[in-house]
Amino acid sequence: MSGLVMPAPKADVLARRAQIIADLRAIVPGEGVIDTEAEMRPFESDGVTAYRQLPLVVVLPSTTEQVSKVLAYANANGIPVVPRGAGTSLSGGALPLEDGILLGMGKFNRILDIDFANRTVIAQPGVTNLGITTAVAHEGFYYAPDPSSQIACTIGGNVGENSGGVHCLKYGLTTNNVLGVEMVLITGEIIRLGGKHLDSGGLDLLGLIVGSEGLLGVVTEVTVRILKKPETARAVLLGFPSSEAAGACVAAIIAAGIIPGGMEMMDRMMVHAAEAFLGAGYPLDVEALLIVELDGPEAEVNHLIDRVAEIGDGLGCMTLRASTSEEERVAFWAGRKAAFPAVGRISPDYLCMDGTIPRKALPLVLKRMEEMSEKYGLRCGNVFHAGDGNLHPLICYDANTPGELEKAEAFGADILLLCVEVGGVLTGEHGVGVEKRDLMPSMFNEIDLAHQERLKCAFDPEALLNPGKVFPVLHRCAELGRMHVSGGKLPFPELPRF
Amino acid sequence: MSERLCPRDEADVVEAVRWAVSNERTLDVAGSGSKASLGRHIQTDATLELKGLSGVTLYEPEELVLSAKAGTPVAEIEALVAASKQMLAFEPMDFGPLLGVAPGGGTLGGLIACNLAGPRRPSAGAARDHALGVRAVSGRAEAFKAGGRVVKNVTGYDLPRGLSGSYGTLAAFTELTIKVLPRPETVETLLVLGLDDAAAAGVMSAAVGSYYDVSGAAHLPAEVAGQIPVVAEAGMGVTALRLEGVKPSIVHRRGKLEAMLRTHGTLSFLDEAASLAFWRAVRDVEPFAFPEGGALDTAPAIWRISVAPMAGPAVGAALREIGARCLYDWAGGLVWVEMPGTEPHSARVRAAVAGAGGGHATLIRASAAARAGEEVFQPLDPITGALIARMKSGFDPGRVLSPGRIYAGV
Repeated sequence: MSGLVMPAPKADVLARRAQIIADLRAIVPGEGVIDTEAEMRPFESDGVTAYRQLPLVVVLPSTTEQVSKVLAYANANGIPVVPRGAGTSLSGGALPLEDGILLGMGKFNRILDIDFANRTVIAQPGVTNLGITTAVAHEGFYYAPDPSSQIACTIGGNVGENSGGVHCLKYGLTTNNVLGVEMVLITGEIIRLGGKHLDSGGLDLLGLIVGSEGLLGVVTEVTVRILKKPETARAVLLGFPSSEAAGACVAAIIAAGIIPGGMEMMDRMMVHAAEAFLGAGYPLDVEALLIVELDGPEAEVNHLIDRVAEIGDGLGCMTLRASTSEEERVAFWAGRKAAFPAVGRISPDYLCMDGTIPRKALPLVLKRMEEMSEKYGLRCGNVFHAGDGNLHPLICYDANTPGELEKAEAFGADILLLCVEVGGVLTGEHGVGVEKRDLMPSMFNEIDLAHQERLKCAFDPEALLNPGKVFPVLHRCAELGRMHVSGGKLPFPELPRF
Repeated sequence: MSERLCPRDEADVVEAVRWAVSNERTLDVAGSGSKASLGRHIQTDATLELKGLSGVTLYEPEELVLSAKAGTPVAEIEALVAASKQMLAFEPMDFGPLLGVAPGGGTLGGLIACNLAGPRRPSAGAARDHALGVRAVSGRAEAFKAGGRVVKNVTGYDLPRGLSGSYGTLAAFTELTIKVLPRPETVETLLVLGLDDAAAAGVMSAAVGSYYDVSGAAHLPAEVAGQIPVVAEAGMGVTALRLEGVKPSIVHRRGKLEAMLRTHGTLSFLDEAASLAFWRAVRDVEPFAFPEGGALDTAPAIWRISVAPMAGPAVGAALREIGARCLYDWAGGLVWVEMPGTEPHSARVRAAVAGAGGGHATLIRASAAARAGEEVFQPLDPITGALIARMKSGFDPGRVLSPGRIYAGV
């Protein structure tokens, strides 16, 4: 791994490894504790394979009680804990620590309750995202957030990362679709937040848990809302001679009051890569391709498809095709969904970035990225959740060429800094993890970060849960707790008061 | 009589909090004061009145984003976005009518601090689902920011969401960035008449769980429906299903829903103008309104109860036994309860909620004495309570910002 500094392992924990393993076996009997190098190997990295580390030990609990005991034990003995779902994180959120327990939640794989009348599902955290939809599809329902890893990623991991997907603009992220959790604190205490009802009054701890990247607690049960699958979905393919024109079309669609179910943009390189990979039928003469999907009642979809087509036509689109069958709609998406493997075919390795920008900044950002691409001598393609401004540049490199990974990482960091510079953010849906941790000061100053860390301190004062993630420097809570307000009497005479 | 501090900008807010911390004085964090009687009744040394921090600082309709100073009137923001055919999709209710103050008085900061929502909550979310970014001053007399101006953002903890609903107890907002959305072109409402509460919950569940995008589902028992002019003449219970969007879609959906529900009761219909009036009345709970300027100590107690939608009628039944009146929104999941008198009957309400599978009951309107003594919000288990107290200590160690507004001692 290149230049990534993780917290120094605690020598005393490493020295007690045999005893710790024996103690954990007493809590989670049988095959639930894994300590051989060969068996721990599959857990050494997540979706960011550039970073690898064998954990101290892998623990795979199967009950909330076991999770509670493992965390209480870790807390009493000063042992870090890294929670892990399916290990599909794209930010290194589940990267193990040498002195840490890797807590795999895969055995929590049951759906506990399906309630169509109240439109909720209660699932254990190891149930896959798609598994929830599959469980309710026979009644025409689905779970809306659909990260591209949905076949593998778990709902517990989705809660940790506040995962998105291509339908976020209309249906929201994980946080908008989670109603409740059962969670174990580092002390081993178990709390329940929310339930089948909507908003609780007062402070919203649940909203803080979602997207906390495993730093606040371990979720052992999740209640989500499910929605009726739209009656119809149709997509329009619009090709443009420039990214500016495509961007203008996106803005015009939204200005017309239309919120599409999905609105994706691909640049020329990605269109060509996808076409070469599976022959999706994309036009090869365009600089930018938009896929706009409308979903809902049939009459509405047909009406809006016509309006989107009119808008595209008025803005000089070169290609305009509306799907007339489900097969055709799926074909329109096939190329976009295969974007990553398609890049994998034209480049030995690639980094997938994840910044969000105000949409109007797209032409500027694309132009600057082209300049960076030249500077670093690395190709870069772009897929873009155009509706919500979430950009996924794919930086092509060859890990076997010495220095190229470092160059790709520097290119990626430059892109994210550019996103912040134009008013956007470092990560739209992949999380900070270890990957973007050291860039946090580009978005937040010390006071901003200290306020976030104080939330961490309320949950985990000894910083045992997933240390080394999200925060560039984790301060000691005692230090953060002190208040330095001076002045004694401050009359602020100029302040209007009456 | 407590003092009023009226800062003009963020630096003033920092200075005011610094004064409070240094002198161990407490501040009641307020916008315009329109929701002053919401939450636990507290007494502070001074009121920090943020309405002087006013004005929209950024509005980009095509980016679906708006930023404004915390004290900006909600009415000003709603008028501004309406001119671009947009809206605050969470349909924030106006507490004015319920609390006996003039309508239209709230500020953006108050709207987020109290996490307001309306009938569109089940489909569009509450204020917290639309809070993208905040600038605020914590009880450490430090200005900080969190979140951003884009809708998709997982950079750091979601403090904008976490501070929504904090009633000023963790930080005083100075500027907020929210998501705005296109307004539906038109709206119509399908009414099913004469249903009892339980049957209405079944109809609302079927409608909301259908393909036909119902963006509001409310049930008003006859005695409550009788107080909303556009449906009063039905003379019986009214179950209302709202359809919003483009006209051809509404025609299609209405036809499908009519076919689906024909056997359940007499169907009726509200056009656009009547629908707007009706849903505003539901949003602001107008049937339980209290005359402007009236003494709340004499007003019937009001509860806002959030439960699983199908559990709503059981809660309602338990409380109607003692003469309460109910209005159901959110397909049954939000039960507004007006008690027969000023007595809140807290134990009875808590028992009804627990008996219906759990949820959250908030005492909205009651005498200051009742709100000082009773648990206004849903009581917390000791572990969660300790967690929230630690959060308070992190953000406001001196307990100067609206201490006790949500929970005693916090």
